[in-house]
Amino acid sequence: MQAIDRKLLRDFSRLWKQALAIALVLACGVAILLTALGMYKSLSDTRDTYYERNRFADVFSAVQRAPERLVTELAAIEGVWAVETRTVGSAVLDVPGSMVSVTGKILSLPPDGAPRLNVPLLKSGRLPDPTSTDEVMVNHNFALANGFQLGDFFFANLNGQKRQLTITGTAQSPEFIYTIGPGALMPDNATFGILWMPQAAVAAAFDMTGAFNDVALKLSKGAREENVIDAVDRLLEPYGSLGAYGRDLQVSHSFIDSEIQQLRNMATVLPPIFFGISAFLVSMVMGRIIALERSQIGLLKAVGYSNLEVCLHYLMLAVLIAVVGIGIGWLVGGWLARQMALLYAEYFDFPFLIFSTSLWVYAASGMAAMLTTTLGATQAAIKAARLAPAIAMQPPAPPQFKRSWIDRAMAAMRLSQPTIMILRSLIRWPVRSGLTLLGLALAVSTVVSPSFFTYSLNKIVDSAFYESARQDGMLILSHDMPEIVLSTAADLPAVLQAEGQQYHPVILSNGNHEKRTVIQAGRPDSDLSRVIDKDGKQIAVPPGGVVLTERLAAQLDIGIGDTVDAKFLGGRQETHAVRVTDIIAQYFGLGAYMDLEYVNALLRQSPRISLINVSLDDTEVIDLHRRLKEIPSLAGIVMMTDTRRSFSETIAQNIGVVNTIYIVIALLITIGVTYNGARIQLSERSRELASLRILGFTRAEVSYILIGETMLLSVLAQPLGWWIGTLITASMFNSFSSDLYNMPLVIHPAIYAKASFVVLLASFGSVMLVRRRLDKQNLVSAMKVRE
Amino acid sequence: MGQEAPEIVFRTQGVTKVYQTGDVKVFALAGVDLELYTGEMAVLLGPSGSGKSTLLNILGGLDHATAGRVWFRDTELTDIPDRALTRYRRDHVGFVFQFYNLVPSLTARENVQLVTDVSPDPMPAEEALALVGLANRMDHFPSEMSGGEQQRVAIARAIAKRPEILLCDEPTGALDSATGVQVLEVLQDINARFGTTTVIITHNAEIQRMAHRVIQFADGKISSVHTNETRLAPSEIVW
Repeated sequence: MQAIDRKLLRDFSRLWKQALAIALVLACGVAILLTALGMYKSLSDTRDTYYERNRFADVFSAVQRAPERLVTELAAIEGVWAVETRTVGSAVLDVPGSMVSVTGKILSLPPDGAPRLNVPLLKSGRLPDPTSTDEVMVNHNFALANGFQLGDFFFANLNGQKRQLTITGTAQSPEFIYTIGPGALMPDNATFGILWMPQAAVAAAFDMTGAFNDVALKLSKGAREENVIDAVDRLLEPYGSLGAYGRDLQVSHSFIDSEIQQLRNMATVLPPIFFGISAFLVSMVMGRIIALERSQIGLLKAVGYSNLEVCLHYLMLAVLIAVVGIGIGWLVGGWLARQMALLYAEYFDFPFLIFSTSLWVYAASGMAAMLTTTLGATQAAIKAARLAPAIAMQPPAPPQFKRSWIDRAMAAMRLSQPTIMILRSLIRWPVRSGLTLLGLALAVSTVVSPSFFTYSLNKIVDSAFYESARQDGMLILSHDMPEIVLSTAADLPAVLQAEGQQYHPVILSNGNHEKRTVIQAGRPDSDLSRVIDKDGKQIAVPPGGVVLTERLAAQLDIGIGDTVDAKFLGGRQETHAVRVTDIIAQYFGLGAYMDLEYVNALLRQSPRISLINVSLDDTEVIDLHRRLKEIPSLAGIVMMTDTRRSFSETIAQNIGVVNTIYIVIALLITIGVTYNGARIQLSERSRELASLRILGFTRAEVSYILIGETMLLSVLAQPLGWWIGTLITASMFNSFSSDLYNMPLVIHPAIYAKASFVVLLASFGSVMLVRRRLDKQNLVSAMKVRE
Repeated sequence: MGQEAPEIVFRTQGVTKVYQTGDVKVFALAGVDLELYTGEMAVLLGPSGSGKSTLLNILGGLDHATAGRVWFRDTELTDIPDRALTRYRRDHVGFVFQFYNLVPSLTARENVQLVTDVSPDPMPAEEALALVGLANRMDHFPSEMSGGEQQRVAIARAIAKRPEILLCDEPTGALDSATGVQVLEVLQDINARFGTTTVIITHNAEIQRMAHRVIQFADGKISSVHTNETRLAPSEIVW
């Protein structure tokens, strides 16, 4: 090893604390890039492969009852590669040993075995015998959650008939990677399951012999999806079509897709911030090292080292820092990616996970980190290379301070000399002060952003669960029923109050704007499911109009008083022009609300409802479940109390983890910035501070100068950090908001207070670490140090 | 030195160096004409700011003259590019500085290797250190050595490349008299043994008595040059 390389290694080991502080910030960037990019790749590759292998369909449509002969016409649509029709139904299940009611989604299997599209992947056992009426295959996770073995059985209310069904196999399906039951906010495999049964049995149960109520189509390459959707709608229209849609509206797909998008955003937004901060820190530290090693640089040149050799020597120091950062980043990132994969496995039901944090992801993250770090060092290294040897040998000229209006202002304020020293140093190096400030502000914003989630989600939960949807349970009817069933429902055990609601799938259109949604119609005096605006005010839905959510109104480009065309799907397919009476802000879905009587009048139908909201007496809930399992006309049951609890628990847990991660990141940034900043200051000022001590200043007075500058910058960084954090969060919420939900920006002082507390404490701690060095400083040797 | 016509190593013609600080022009060198000969030991004498160090830097290829011309043997150094100047320093010149300029993170041996690593025909670092009497201190760091020892490491570093010229800027300036004498003895020895042209800058008038020639500086110009008929050994010099 050459002597100059030995110097490099010794310098590096001498600077290890500063180097580590930078390397950790860099490691954050590398780890996040690795994780986000790796998971993005992994998730999208897995999904694409799964879709491909199991022929996930491109277009879907539900219809009330269409004759089987339509298949040939559907297949003849230009661009259609394959068609699969089936019968889909829903049933309340009675699982032996389970207290709660379970909802099952029933899918028919074609008589010749496995379907051609949305092919279920058999995990265990076999497909049900096509001729059997009591065999069923269930989704794997449902079996796991309920402890089912092959051969176990449960009961199902199939269109009024209670049947015992025996499990012959378990499967996974590309249609149900994210399996979410009706009315639920997140998957619950214990209370919602997918049931595959032979065509004949399902058709008989749901009165669909010779007909179908669900169709999936796979398109050939290059086919235009909109054209196919239009053609399918035209064909199914007379049979009560609920409107065809593409993958973007398929529930499972849209959830995975939004997750993949978020990973991509994460990979592009966060790492550059960390790389930027590390580059700044490297440039600051390298700048100081070069100032300190002036005479050594002069010597190297005097003895014949070339400019390039000197430049490379100092660049290598940055490279070493980058190597450590990249190494830590890769280790942490690899671990983090695995944790993420486990988390995904919990929410997404993939049969396999292509977890190849492939070499190129490692290479890309390493390259990005290496490049930015060396870039940060370049200026200093070039400066070293350019330093003329004769000048390098002499001590540097004292930095130029000039009197300005600021000095006159300081004089007028009668500030103490140490305070003036602090302020002058900040002004003398404005770029450095500015970047330090920015770095600390970014640390503040790192804590601010996730804190917003807590408050925003609380707001959503409050609004959705406690002000709007206040019912304890929802009884979903297998088909619309006369309103009179409410009195039967009120007689069920535990039910204190029962209110009806009608759900109508519609296509709302205004000119060329068109949107699929569901109209919820209720009585104006409803107490359990209320229409609430953003301020928590209950809105009375007036007869003779429709109330739309802001997002929906915006998408339809419509205002209050305008008329919207509502095509009521599933029945006679009537279209009515309805006046928009109000536009309200809500966080979930694309709600549209109408008065129940008005809908009945509009559709010329007797009073009827599609679901019953109930409030319950907790002590009798078990009795209720027992009874519900016996009621034939129920398609499903949603226990809102459970939904609320599991939603809140999951959110609390995830937010806790996220907050902790971001606080750690903020700490690393703060320590990286303040520790290095204070070390550099101490090094620049060691003679100055020693002189002050010799002149009789106390340790505390001298420390004040060192601590003061850092802490002043930290304090100044707070409002900037709050602002950046709020801005980042607002844009994040904006990018998250979808037709599924949108996040309100709830500004609360505690968000800012927490972030400031974390960052100020961390900067104070870091600067106190440096202060210890000041205390140990030997006055005589500090004076002797030759700059 | 013999009496036959001496071979010229350095020749300068009207060398001028101007430093500009703000609106003030400072003439560090104001037209210096000088010849230095192979194998001679020359002492540049003069008060602070008289231009000695500036001339030494220009001769050593650390700095460019503002005006005038400089030759090293047949090569004109005046306008050669930076790269060539680096080559020149690497191959021909050894430097010794007042404050030693050792790299604190390298041991004595490694400080010398810093030079032997890049020189075309160096002597082993151990040999160079033995020449300055530090054979038993080779693995010590600068912080573990006295001032005199550090300066001898610096000299070992300068001679390890077998330079034709040794340029010493106040080599004893930071040392006490006894230690200073040891350092001068080493320089004398190197000069005699290898015939290395040695230029020593000092403002210590006593040191001139060991030189072949003494060049006196004042106000950026040479004020006088004289040749010592008899030279003193360093051990005979006291200050």
